[in-house]
Amino acid sequence: MNPIYLDNNATTACDPAVVEAMLPFFTEQFGNASSMHSFGNKVAQAIKDARAGVCELLGAEYESEIVFTSCGTESDSTAILSALKAQPERNQVITTAVEHPAVLALCEYLEKEGVVVHRLGVDRKGRLDLDEYRALLSPRTAIVSAMWANNETGTIFPIEEMAEMAHDVGAMFHTDAVQAVGKVDIDVRRTCIDMLSLSGHKLHAPKGIGVLYLRRNTRFRPLLRGGHQERGRRAGTENAASIVGLGVAARLALEHMAYENGEVKRLRDRLESGILAQVPCAFATGDTTNRLPNTSNIAFEFVEGEAILLLLNKQGIAASSGSACTSGSLEPSHVMRAMGIPYTAAHGTIRFSLSRYTTEAEVDRVIEAVPPIIAALRDLSPYWADQAAERTAEKRASTAGPSTAAFKPSFA
Amino acid sequence: MWDYSEKVQEHFFNPRNAGPLQDANAVGDVGSIQCGDALRLMLKVDPESERILDAHFQTFGCGSAIASSSALTEIVKGLTLDEALQVSNQQIADYLDGLPPEKMHCSVMGREALQAAVANYRGEAWADDHTEGAMVCKCFAVDSSLIEEVVRANGLTTVEQVTHYTKAGGGCCSCHEGIEDILADISAERCTAPMPPALAETPKETAPAECAPTPKPRLTNFQRMRRIEETIEAIRPMLQRDHGDVEIVEIDSRNVYVNLQGACQGCMMEQATLSGIQAQLVEALGEFVQLLPASLMTKRQGGAA
Repeated sequence: MNPIYLDNNATTACDPAVVEAMLPFFTEQFGNASSMHSFGNKVAQAIKDARAGVCELLGAEYESEIVFTSCGTESDSTAILSALKAQPERNQVITTAVEHPAVLALCEYLEKEGVVVHRLGVDRKGRLDLDEYRALLSPRTAIVSAMWANNETGTIFPIEEMAEMAHDVGAMFHTDAVQAVGKVDIDVRRTCIDMLSLSGHKLHAPKGIGVLYLRRNTRFRPLLRGGHQERGRRAGTENAASIVGLGVAARLALEHMAYENGEVKRLRDRLESGILAQVPCAFATGDTTNRLPNTSNIAFEFVEGEAILLLLNKQGIAASSGSACTSGSLEPSHVMRAMGIPYTAAHGTIRFSLSRYTTEAEVDRVIEAVPPIIAALRDLSPYWADQAAERTAEKRASTAGPSTAAFKPSFA
Repeated sequence: MWDYSEKVQEHFFNPRNAGPLQDANAVGDVGSIQCGDALRLMLKVDPESERILDAHFQTFGCGSAIASSSALTEIVKGLTLDEALQVSNQQIADYLDGLPPEKMHCSVMGREALQAAVANYRGEAWADDHTEGAMVCKCFAVDSSLIEEVVRANGLTTVEQVTHYTKAGGGCCSCHEGIEDILADISAERCTAPMPPALAETPKETAPAECAPTPKPRLTNFQRMRRIEETIEAIRPMLQRDHGDVEIVEIDSRNVYVNLQGACQGCMMEQATLSGIQAQLVEALGEFVQLLPASLMTKRQGGAA
């Protein structure tokens, strides 16, 4: 039985064409792009070509706007720290409560250093309140950092509009587009986004390569100094093989954009409706009318996510969960909490994230596998027994008192 | 992915005694849906002998919570209630060939369910005094609430002290910053409380004297050795719980030489264990002593001679 990988928001498989393009850069093309000889020159050419590929994907006007970094997290850190350093007269950051930890943890740290951080809340469907956002914007705002699409629910934020609002008060705008690139039509030229983070391994390039898109004329302070690479904006010898891989992956992503929004979306919808049709007390989280085409996040009430994942894994199905147990923390996912998903459901959220490699046969196998797993765990769950008792009691509408003692454990 | 033992996986995939128990006469409910873990333990107790004839569970929780519940029911079957109350969370973890540090609370929940069930049978009220914070030290599975409690109760101010009292931070050291944060928060709390004027006005020069341990009556050599022995004897059960042990080899003025045994031997935490014991000795004796491995004995004594 072949394993089924539905955790593509965590990371993706490298496209074989990406790997093939990279291989020579580990062997014969080992030169340092900065060197004044043929070894270096060929590598420099390949990097230039990759940069053009990323430019096409993002719709960037100039190749010099593409800065290669080591990952999305580095791009996020670079963007936010740079904005604060470059505008010492502004000391406020606006972000959202549902950002990736790459942004949230940095903001928490900056708060200790005296930076004022505003975190926009979201509604039950994970949407922002733009009036609240407008009210927070001020001449003290150094930067707004908001994700283009949420990694857990796929919910898409109105980034282009938010960027314009930020510019109205002279603040910089950064977006963590790690999940959106390749799935959402992005054309930075059309927007006034100043900075954008992209991560290679989310779009079938290898891990360890990212991009910071930096609009021309944006005031900038590098995170890493010590070399002229990336025009002095990100020192350190270029990760040539991975950059080449990302260049190929970017072009492939552009080619597959329509497929992602057509076939992948159809499979995602098939998966979601297939599961929800069979499992009671389950619902899709996030803004289901405006989200990434590949992501479905389903909350199963009264069961715990890690247990679901272990049973799925036993059948060769890989997904992820926002439960507390999978992360080793005590609270379920901050995204679920921010949306006000009750604890009864937040611990049982499972994210299925598809890719262009996902097949209909795979989706059908998952639709078949999930309901018995949830049923088995619910049979084990003390909350479910009470829930079931309540439901039968309601159905009967009988005058008899509660049939079983409600499950009320003695500590919270 | 968690590093679950074969036994944990086996008990998760094939839980024993799952589901409601007809005519259970002792039921213990613990946990909460907020934490993502909850357990109902149901026992059938023979009223004559107080022996547990059957045990079932229902659990809402992760893989190790379900496995711990399953293990618990297997362990307690056939025990009397008094015997069952002796079951420790470590026993549940051992039964499963260990649990990852972040998951030890699952075994704690098992033990609590047992206490709750027995209390329920005996018609007693059972209150849980258990709080749980975020895991700070992953090497020794110490959470923030324990650290906060110990820091408050003992007025600790340094990471080193926290390590001596709780073991937290004694392993890979990567949580030291987290411990510092807790110390800073608690010290901020202290500072916001009004400071007694006497303390605030104390001239700086006398401060060191105030910090020195209160002078204790001088012990005779015999009393001193007895005190050292008693202190170490009190620590041994804790080490034995982790399958280690310690033995005193020689006491030579300020130097106390010991042999670490069992799991303590060659453990990467050896230094942390030694300094922990040393801190307790210093406290018990009211004087500075140094705890050294016996392997250093001949070298040091030879050097001194």
